[in-house]
Amino acid sequence: MNVLEVANVSKSYGGIVALNGCSLNVAEGQIAGLIGPNGSGKTTLFNVMTGYEKVDGGTVTFAGRPITNAKPDTIFGMGVGRTFQLTRIFPRLTVIENMHVAVQRQGMLGLLSRWSSSGEHQRALELLDFVGISRLKSLPAGNLSYGQKKLLEFAFILIANPKVILLDEPAGGVNPAMINVLAGRIRELNRQGITFLVVEHNMEFVMNLCHHVTVMHRGTPIAAGRPAEVRQNPAVLEAYLGD
Amino acid sequence: MTDSMAKLLKVGSLLLLLVLALLFPFIAGNSTYVTIAIFAFGFAAAATGWNVFSGYTGYIALGHAAYYGIGGYTLAILCQHWHIAGGWIPFLLVPLAGLVAAVFSVPLGAIALRTRRHTFVVVTIATFFILQLMSYNLRGLTNGSSGIDFPLITDWGINIPGISFADFYVLPFYYVALALTLVALAVSWFVRNSKFGLGLLAIRDDEDRALGLGVRTGPSKLFAFVISAFFAGAAGALLSYYIGGVQPTFTFDALFDVAIALMVFFGGIGTLAGPILGALVLESVQKYSATVFTQGGGGVYLIIYGALFLVVVLLLPQGVIPSLSILWNKYVLRRIEPTDAAEDTSAGTPGAGPVGDRLPRVNEGASA
Repeated sequence: MNVLEVANVSKSYGGIVALNGCSLNVAEGQIAGLIGPNGSGKTTLFNVMTGYEKVDGGTVTFAGRPITNAKPDTIFGMGVGRTFQLTRIFPRLTVIENMHVAVQRQGMLGLLSRWSSSGEHQRALELLDFVGISRLKSLPAGNLSYGQKKLLEFAFILIANPKVILLDEPAGGVNPAMINVLAGRIRELNRQGITFLVVEHNMEFVMNLCHHVTVMHRGTPIAAGRPAEVRQNPAVLEAYLGD
Repeated sequence: MTDSMAKLLKVGSLLLLLVLALLFPFIAGNSTYVTIAIFAFGFAAAATGWNVFSGYTGYIALGHAAYYGIGGYTLAILCQHWHIAGGWIPFLLVPLAGLVAAVFSVPLGAIALRTRRHTFVVVTIATFFILQLMSYNLRGLTNGSSGIDFPLITDWGINIPGISFADFYVLPFYYVALALTLVALAVSWFVRNSKFGLGLLAIRDDEDRALGLGVRTGPSKLFAFVISAFFAGAAGALLSYYIGGVQPTFTFDALFDVAIALMVFFGGIGTLAGPILGALVLESVQKYSATVFTQGGGGVYLIIYGALFLVVVLLLPQGVIPSLSILWNKYVLRRIEPTDAAEDTSAGTPGAGPVGDRLPRVNEGASA
């Protein structure tokens, strides 16, 4: 069963076509990869799937429910979390405060309660420990290194218990030793039932991690399949090396 | 120093400051200084309220003089229409005046908050001028440019042996101003530590991202705006009552906005104590210099203001409280750094320490 379905989606910026009749399915319980040369439309596809950009045409559905052009918070509330290529954390909040921002969806009385004594606090600490930055919990997030910010963004998405997570270059800027640990964490979460869609330029990371890989070129998928199949696909080699 | 000792020291210092504030009129021994303190605490309450909105969300509002004016006029109109005599009763109506200002702020804030950044600043300034014009022109209600006088206070109903009426006169105003500041501080603390406050701080850093994570940005900003208008209105009511009347020129005073913004920036925007420190220093300097330097049209305080700001901008650019906080953290970090460096060899193992390629930098920009 497909948990995310993108059907014939188009998106242009002025005269530049970012997505051109793009269709993509992500099966439930999968770690799916999305690769392609720079400017192939991967991040734009992420943006339209999570409500940060409106589509010009086509549809997006999540678990059978239409989410085309829905607001980002609505989509997030339904269970689709995402990280950004350039991390978007809250730099002047501490690491632990960042973790609590993503659990704001509650009534007014809940909002007036103290965040540090909430039930989510313990879980926030556990998740920081899970990604390995719990010791930095009291530091302003802006003081973290780029890789640490990536991990923080990943952790604060997890606290909202998403069903699907879209990771935009999760390994970018993360030190090589940590990349393997990060892949292990993604696999562990996947075993717990979370579906992943990963955009990444680090081919080794994608090929080792993903069950299924889709290759984008000029705003549309040109190949899809198991990593080993995609790697051999002449159209993929052409897209990466041809122009 | 252990955490519990640090906490004890903090609570002890705050209690000492509170006792000093309570005893100040008797320590000062001069009603002129108490008058200065009344204005300083009145502005401290307004600045603390302003900080709940502008400091926490990053939206700089420069139209809160409108709510200060609404508060002042509300109390004056209520006293006039309900024939309230001078004395204690108007103090009880100060929260009501703040509430009326808060009610006004709902539609005005809702309109202004449809915009962001510079446009928001301009819209808030515009709302101020609209309300000032209304105070000139709604003569049946506001008495136009003549304004409205508050009822004279001829007797507080309390006689303390050894204290004259003139000396006692300022005391109720002082304690109400102090109470208003403490309430504003408590609200600011409560907001800062609540999930609602966390949402406001997230808006300050990246509003669209906060919205994407489910923070109700619109209602949160409006609620904070209304809180800040309440304290501006309450401060306007109290200080107008002390002055003895309201007039469009000085009750709707554009300089009020500049003053509270400067106070908050001086002390440290987005901090708890910064607005109070800024108000106590700057308002005291202004009122004191106006008292001492009677020549030159009372503008000497501007020179002192300028000098103070030069010092703060050059030496403490983020405001007094955050800058001192950074210096303190640097000092602490220097002391613990050798230990941390040794521990950091475990970096990169989840659950066993920081994942990083270097030591974290000092705690810059943390709220005090």
